[in-house]
Amino acid sequence: MPEVRSTSARRGLRPLEPVGAATRWLLGAAFFVLFFAVWAVATLGGFVSPTFLASPVTMVQEGWLLFTQFNFLHDIGMTVWRVLGGFILAAIVAVPLGIGMGAHKGFEAFLEPFVSFCRYLPASAFIPLLILWAGLGELQKLLVIFIGSVFQIILMVAVIVGSARRNLVEAAYTLGATPTGIVRRVLIPGAAPDIAETLRLVLGWAWTYVIVAELIGSSSGIGHMITDSQALLNTGQIIFGIIVIGVIGLVSDSLFKALNRRLFAWSTI
Amino acid sequence: MSELSIQGVSRTFTSAKGQATQALLPVDFHVADNDFVTILGPSGCGKSTMLRIVAGLDHPTSGQVLLDGRPVDGPGADRGMVFQSYTLFPWLTIEQNIRFGLRERGMAEGAQKERAAYFISKVGLRGFEQHYPKQLSGGMQQRTAIARALANDPKILLMDEPFGALDNQTRVLMQELLLGIWEAERKTVMFVTHDIDEAIFMANRVAVFSARPGRIKTELAVNLPHPRHYTIKTSPEFMQLKARLTEEIRAESMAADAH
Repeated sequence: MPEVRSTSARRGLRPLEPVGAATRWLLGAAFFVLFFAVWAVATLGGFVSPTFLASPVTMVQEGWLLFTQFNFLHDIGMTVWRVLGGFILAAIVAVPLGIGMGAHKGFEAFLEPFVSFCRYLPASAFIPLLILWAGLGELQKLLVIFIGSVFQIILMVAVIVGSARRNLVEAAYTLGATPTGIVRRVLIPGAAPDIAETLRLVLGWAWTYVIVAELIGSSSGIGHMITDSQALLNTGQIIFGIIVIGVIGLVSDSLFKALNRRLFAWSTI
Repeated sequence: MSELSIQGVSRTFTSAKGQATQALLPVDFHVADNDFVTILGPSGCGKSTMLRIVAGLDHPTSGQVLLDGRPVDGPGADRGMVFQSYTLFPWLTIEQNIRFGLRERGMAEGAQKERAAYFISKVGLRGFEQHYPKQLSGGMQQRTAIARALANDPKILLMDEPFGALDNQTRVLMQELLLGIWEAERKTVMFVTHDIDEAIFMANRVAVFSARPGRIKTELAVNLPHPRHYTIKTSPEFMQLKARLTEEIRAESMAADAH
């Protein structure tokens, strides 16, 4: 059936043509396989010096050593707790502020310029200052994540709430809703799915801040392990650490996505 | 007993550049208790602006609206509204949507549910209580919007081309449904439309709007007997009213087009 084959193949090349779930999964997995294959050929084939890049095999061996000899689970636990702690703190502060700004234009005019300014301050540049203020303890790590996330969340939540459908607000008014009722029972439930998606996005960014925080003045965590390994030129451990971060990020992102889909089933109907 | 009185209400919109557009010339209009009035006019004539002012969603440049002698200042539950666009809350089920206004008012939950159930059956949506708006057709969503407005027991029901986005067959069924409800409940209704058949079929009285800037050009009593059946649309009386209104609207549409 050569004709059928050629038409289905041609259809796959058409823009915006959907692919099946199984094909999608296979294609996604294929790139990982390809990636590891190129890496293996480059390192095991002797094209790249092991000083600069460890082979996948060395990487796995080093990873095993990390868990069995160096209590790497403790490092992972420390990093996860810092990310979650700083992120949750930021969300608790930022979401109400963002809702307030989105709902009340005067409040927005008051805070928006300052928050926009703060958003461009790089969280990593605060590390020396935070060490001075909060020492080398956990508080300093949490604050780096907090500063990196809080302004982003405030602004994005304010935009989401501010872009609420006006006709829903009007309908609520004609049904007798008070201004407080509009915020609580129209603006917040309407914005909730997008706010949850924003939090998911920012959680991903928080992972990049935590590593930076741990690279400087830290005695535990994945970032600390990476700095230690750099001193020993152990590229296998560095790569293993990076991959662990990627895997944790992917898992937490999927969990977050699944949770959002459960909580806000109405928005994906 | 409720009486709506629109006194010298006009509306001028000012653009960001300071350019003024008069949407509505001073309008005087009265709607008596239990009346069903349709406001007929070409698109962009300001008829929706007038309805929005009555609802309290827009403010008049001059004049005032009185409901039972009290001036209207802002929206309120005493003036229910059904919009042309779909305005059900997508995060609430059909039943929760209909209970929205009752909940805002602080009614006991049992009473809310009882009232919602009554209006759900009234608009023929039994079995869809737990569906979300997106799972329903446009006609069903507008029926829910009507039930939501009626459940709140407003003094007057304002309808801004509520069937404008529906296909013709659904629209005719919705007209019959709404008229049936009106014949049973005798709510005061102000209904904006650009559809002549719809304006006559539903109304006790049709007010014809002129092209922009809008004003009420003619008022016409519709003395067709109730209950009305769709076959009335082919009766000689209906045809006569239709011919007359077609002439009125045609002149206005041409005037609007010439602008």
